[in-house]
Amino acid sequence: MADNDQSNSVSEPLDLVRLSLDEVVFVKLRGDRELKGRLHAYDSHCNIVLGEVEETIYTIEEDDEGEETVKTTKKQAEMLFVRGESFVLISPQPPS
Amino acid sequence: MLFFSFFKTLVNHEVTVELKNDISIRGTLKSVDQYLNIKLDDISVVEEMKYPHLSSVKNVFIRGSVVRYVHLPAAAVDTPLLEDATRREASQAVAKAKQG
Repeated sequence: MADNDQSNSVSEPLDLVRLSLDEVVFVKLRGDRELKGRLHAYDSHCNIVLGEVEETIYTIEEDDEGEETVKTTKKQAEMLFVRGESFVLISPQPPS
Repeated sequence: MLFFSFFKTLVNHEVTVELKNDISIRGTLKSVDQYLNIKLDDISVVEEMKYPHLSSVKNVFIRGSVVRYVHLPAAAVDTPLLEDATRREASQAVAKAKQG
């Protein structure tokens, strides 16, 4: 039965994530944060572990005239566990 | 259970826990439970000037739900093993869903 071969099929949403294991992925989090890194682990809560991570944080800064500008802060991490609560989405193709 | 087991393999390693209120606490991972609550020893707050109120605290229990990230030592993580464990856990979850 085709159902028995679960290694390559996509029958439920998390299967897409399984096929991204050991690939570079793009992850969007709550709080205007994004991560790019290699996916090493995930579970059904969307807790994940990423390697060689680049984190981008978007913050809004207001200058003296009250003009708002978006500031991006980048951080690197060699290995990162991300709690599923902050998780919004994951994509196999990191935007370039 | 995957990440519970995973964190148990990292006991006695140095980790940095970043909380949802942006405080980062570095310390030795002493124990973890099924909720991913974390106990850290010999802690230091990464931006001590900004968050001085923990400077006299030596060890902490952190409720799992307030954690945003845990920075891990890459050398302590066997990534192929972790990926295999993830695949195993994923197929178990699928099997359970079909039963239920």
